Amino acid sequence: MQKLGDFKLPHFFNYPPYFTLQPVRDTREKQAQLWKELILDYCRSQKIFVIGLEEDFPLFTNPVIERTLSHEARQVFLSALVSEGRAEWMDKGHKKCLILWLRIQDWADCILNFVKENGLEDSVMTVEEIRSGIESRGTELAGIDRTVLTRALRLLEQKGKATIFKGTSADDEGVKFSA
Amino acid sequence: MAGKWLPSVHLTGSGRPVFLPGEVECFLLSSVDLESEENPNLPPFKSGLLILTTHRFIWIDESNGYGVAIPLASVVHAYPPKKSIKSMFSSPRVRIQINGHGLEVGFGSTGMITLVLRGKNDPEAFFGRVWDVMRSRAWENEVEKPGPSDSKAASSGGRDGLSSGIRMAGVSGILRKEQEMWESTDKSLQDAFQDLNALMSKAKEMVTLAEKMRQKLLSGPTQDAGPNDEEMGSKQEMQDWLLSVGIVSPVTKESAGALYHQQLARQLADFVKVPLERAGGMIALIDVYCLFNRARGTELISPEDLLQACALWEKFDVPVMLRKFDSGVMVIQNKAHSDEEVFARIKTLVLKPDALRRGISPSDAAMTLGIAPALAKEHLLTAESKGLLCRDISPEGFRFYINLFQDVDPNDIYTVKDRGLFSSWFSVVTASG
Repeated sequence: MQKLGDFKLPHFFNYPPYFTLQPVRDTREKQAQLWKELILDYCRSQKIFVIGLEEDFPLFTNPVIERTLSHEARQVFLSALVSEGRAEWMDKGHKKCLILWLRIQDWADCILNFVKENGLEDSVMTVEEIRSGIESRGTELAGIDRTVLTRALRLLEQKGKATIFKGTSADDEGVKFSA
Repeated sequence: MAGKWLPSVHLTGSGRPVFLPGEVECFLLSSVDLESEENPNLPPFKSGLLILTTHRFIWIDESNGYGVAIPLASVVHAYPPKKSIKSMFSSPRVRIQINGHGLEVGFGSTGMITLVLRGKNDPEAFFGRVWDVMRSRAWENEVEKPGPSDSKAASSGGRDGLSSGIRMAGVSGILRKEQEMWESTDKSLQDAFQDLNALMSKAKEMVTLAEKMRQKLLSGPTQDAGPNDEEMGSKQEMQDWLLSVGIVSPVTKESAGALYHQQLARQLADFVKVPLERAGGMIALIDVYCLFNRARGTELISPEDLLQACALWEKFDVPVMLRKFDSGVMVIQNKAHSDEEVFARIKTLVLKPDALRRGISPSDAAMTLGIAPALAKEHLLTAESKGLLCRDISPEGFRFYINLFQDVDPNDIYTVKDRGLFSSWFSVVTASG
């Protein structure tokens, strides 16, 4: 089976039409579905949060059959993810896309679990600590995108499960979790 | 049918008369009645299409699909339309005197038939042509030399000599005859081109020549065509010739006037039968245009004429139709033609191991299906729109693959099912390394 780094690729990755945007509606819907699954799987396994449409992205090229997704096709498939709430455009020009292989709600649950497991209720952490601290190493939270993390924390704050303290710079924002 | 007091004529499937050898259309009039003057009890033929040819008056009831004819040989005299105050207010009438011996039904030895011209026609011009045709007595020429190759046969020892002496039988014999004929054709052509008037007077001769050739080719190749390649080759060649001859009496604007496109449409419907069959039920309009004009010889039609003629098919009961693909490509196809059959053949094609691996191009499909690449592409695009195929565009070109997208479970993108298209594709691709 073909691999991209340590990521296992599905067989249809070598099917040339997979890389040509299909014009027929039914066929295209099916094709988009397969791309959506693959993009989410890949980003999750590689901890990729942002895809730049104008940069090289390994998943969008298959050197074995010498095929590359066109810019239009990338935009179509990512838009399909956006419409399902699994991604968001980060700019008006649709040049950068934030991939949510976990939805914000799921990320919030993930943080709560993390807090529980490490007995961090009622204690204060910096946001940066959650991303790269010793406790989060080896969990899904390690290396989480800052925007995604901040939005998950905001959601917790709304639900009264966390309080965010503004620091002097973005780096030392603090969070207090409540039980 | 009761009341047919004139001999009937054979009509083609699209309602055109079947012409005698050497017969050429000279004038067409719509809305013409035929009445018997002596015997008003004979029911008149009402409001039909009248065709004046070099041999006959042909009257056709287009809606009911039958026709009758008056051979010019039995016409004794034709009287011009009367010019009087009275006639200004009624339809012009051309009266013809008939020697009824040739005409069986309900007719005495002589009689008068009145042609009532009800349509917006030019009776003077029509009568002028009647006179011209009567004077040229083209029907007599045919009677004098019934066999198309009599003179030639005589010079090579009579007809019986065909089988014994010089090798005149079989394909090679026909080819040799053809050669001779081409030589004389060449001479006629040279004569014909000396000036335009000469060309016009030769036109009928040309048409006769073409018809003769066709007759010979039709009767020739079956008798002892051996299996060897040379003969197969010449058979092929002959079939090609067959395509290029054949319209004895082209419908021209000059002869048909306003009826031009209608008659053209019918003639075209008759003509496309053979090429359509060869092309498997569908043929590009451009190809038809070329073939049709080639067959018409000097009486070329314009692309607009062709389009109009095709558009008129909807009104007639003909077995062919014009079809426009989404891309704008236009084709003529049999009404019975089915896309399903073509799809089945395309499917077989794309499921071959090599096509699973590399897909197929329109020219691959064209070769397998035996049709033009442009047409093959239309078929592939239609098959794509039905979800049978999907496309691959790369620097290598535009190729089509069997559609596998339907066959992958989006919830389990890594597994290959044991059966189905995806697994057969997978086994071929992995086998090739």
